[in-house]
Amino acid sequence: MMSTGEYYQRDRNLHPPAFTPGYKTSVARSPQYSLISLQNSVGEITGPVFGHEDIDPIDNDLLNNYARPGENPIGERIILHGRVLDEDARPVPKTLVEIWQANAGGRYRHKKDKYLAPIDPNFGGCGRTITDENGFYFFRTVKPGAYPWRNHVNNWRPAHIHVSVFGSAFNQRLITQCYFEGDPLIHICPIVQTIPDSDAIEQLIAKLDLNATIPLDTIAYKFDIVLRGRRSTLFENRLEGN
Amino acid sequence: MPQQLQYLRESASQTAGPYVHIGLAPGAAGFDIYKQELGHDIAGPNAKGERIRVEGLVIDGTGSPVKDVLLEVWQANADGHYAHPEGDGPVEDGFRGWGRVITDFETGEWGFDTVKPGPTKGRNVGVQAPHINLWLVARGINIGLSTRIYFSDEETANSRDPVLNMIEWQERRPTLIATRSKGDDVTLYRFNIRLQGENETVFFDV
Repeated sequence: MMSTGEYYQRDRNLHPPAFTPGYKTSVARSPQYSLISLQNSVGEITGPVFGHEDIDPIDNDLLNNYARPGENPIGERIILHGRVLDEDARPVPKTLVEIWQANAGGRYRHKKDKYLAPIDPNFGGCGRTITDENGFYFFRTVKPGAYPWRNHVNNWRPAHIHVSVFGSAFNQRLITQCYFEGDPLIHICPIVQTIPDSDAIEQLIAKLDLNATIPLDTIAYKFDIVLRGRRSTLFENRLEGN
Repeated sequence: MPQQLQYLRESASQTAGPYVHIGLAPGAAGFDIYKQELGHDIAGPNAKGERIRVEGLVIDGTGSPVKDVLLEVWQANADGHYAHPEGDGPVEDGFRGWGRVITDFETGEWGFDTVKPGPTKGRNVGVQAPHINLWLVARGINIGLSTRIYFSDEETANSRDPVLNMIEWQERRPTLIATRSKGDDVTLYRFNIRLQGENETVFFDV
């Protein structure tokens, strides 16, 4: 059935709260008043529409989208793939997925990153793609390295790829991070620990997907992304003033 | 067998981190990689209506400007239509209504050029005052914050707006209203966002 109603309310119990003192930067950047709950109107159930004219086919290939001709970045070659679904397990087609990450040594190509691991001349560290009609996406990249960061005296980020997704409506907008199965740094990371729900953490850990690997070439991880679902019922509820 | 609800759960948010620019504004991170970065042109060349510029700061709980924020804009055109199949009507060719800006790394100032949106349909009945939807992410912000920019010269429309009126504390409503001034050749609005503390901006759970 077509969905025409409002989006399901966000389950704030699985998302990190604003104020998470273990992640120190959040302390001065967290609103203290409660969020004001807003019923969906036209500006919430709509959002930007992207098409293939917005991007280039090479944009999802981080092994090549910044490399010098004939060269490749250093690191473990991986495919990161999966689907963008909503909470009803329906595919989210033709939506923009953007990623960014450190290189294999744990260094970002960013003028503010001064970590001593070297920049890789053949690696930019960002990519983007549009999901197909069944919500599938894929990227080819190198597995990012862990790196230290200033929080507690000795904190290391687990290997991760930042993921930004739009969905069909601006109230589905989501930025998250993809971690990799088996990494011992995941569960001691203060940023991961901002998530209060252990199942929600597991959902951010990409699984090794041996079937999707390219033998003798590239290993694969599967990472599905779930956006908010939408009511199908057409019954309106009218609130005072609306 | 008991009935079961078979919903998936939304993926949890994580902070965009300090290097969000690499992914979403690589030019600002210091390198060129894409033929075109997205979100630089909100209204396009054909949009009707008043050309405006909106500028501001994001200020943290210590009173300091936040210098690594990324903001995204989503707005209707001057007719009150969003560029979306459910957006209430047609928009001009080239009007996307979506944009993305970052703060200056030294000063924290941000700004974007667009057209002033028209009033939009209310949720079920009525009209919403002209406004721009705003979503911001940064290091230290665990889940994107949603707010709205209204306009100081829309006093009558603002006074009838269902969302502004829903905010119980009248004292907090002005945190959503950008202040208009007339520049040399463009209409300027000032909109500072306070993440915490005195005059904390109203943020919405949309």
